[in-house]
Amino acid sequence: MLISNMELLPGRRVVEHLGLVQGSSVRAKHVGRDIMAGLKNIFGGELKGYTELLQESREEAMLRMQQQAEAVGANAILNVRFSTSSVAQGAAEIYVYGTAVVLE
Amino acid sequence: MYDLLLLLVLLALGYGFGQYAERRHYRSIVEREARLNALPAIASRYPPAEPHYQHALVTGSTVVSVDYFKRFLAALRNLFGGRVTSYESLLDRARRESLLRMKQQARTLGAVMVFNVKYETASISKGAGKTIGSVEVLAYGTALIPTPSR
Repeated sequence: MLISNMELLPGRRVVEHLGLVQGSSVRAKHVGRDIMAGLKNIFGGELKGYTELLQESREEAMLRMQQQAEAVGANAILNVRFSTSSVAQGAAEIYVYGTAVVLE
Repeated sequence: MYDLLLLLVLLALGYGFGQYAERRHYRSIVEREARLNALPAIASRYPPAEPHYQHALVTGSTVVSVDYFKRFLAALRNLFGGRVTSYESLLDRARRESLLRMKQQARTLGAVMVFNVKYETASISKGAGKTIGSVEVLAYGTALIPTPSR
């Protein structure tokens, strides 16, 4: 499965357009990470735990999007966009969406 | 009295560790930027057609937090208005770090260029005093990996 955030790929023709596919994932941090983050709020610096957490949930969201694209019979997802929103204290939603297409 | 003392201790800790962490981070950013300079990341939407490339999505993300001292400064800024430099450097660091991580990923895939780079910024948790505690910056783009000539 080819995943790209480009609208068109040179040398590849889009044979069929299958519409929007999406995947999302909401994750919360466990208490230990929250405490560490609280400390970092005093000292400043990177919150490695959160970086990893968001990376994991992004991968999961992309996997879900990919599964959806496979289900409709696509072989590529173009024009992929990411979006993050913090829905509640301590939880973030990662949303990925793109256009499922069939490339020749 | 205790509150004031605690505030002063937190400010001092924030200033000391925060400045140290920021300086070290900037040094590391500058060094890695020089190393990855040969791999351009471009915001253009139309990639070159020749030679033939493989495409892959690459991402890089960072969550950074502002220290207590800078948050205090920013709160003061809210009274007077003007540029909040303490947050500017935070976001600058986060963006550059994310771009570097994205480039690093592209390089491990053997890419020569990253096209259509986009940034996404989100405030992750609301810190004390309803100010931005930490931000997440995500950079993503399409890596062009040259295929062996046919």
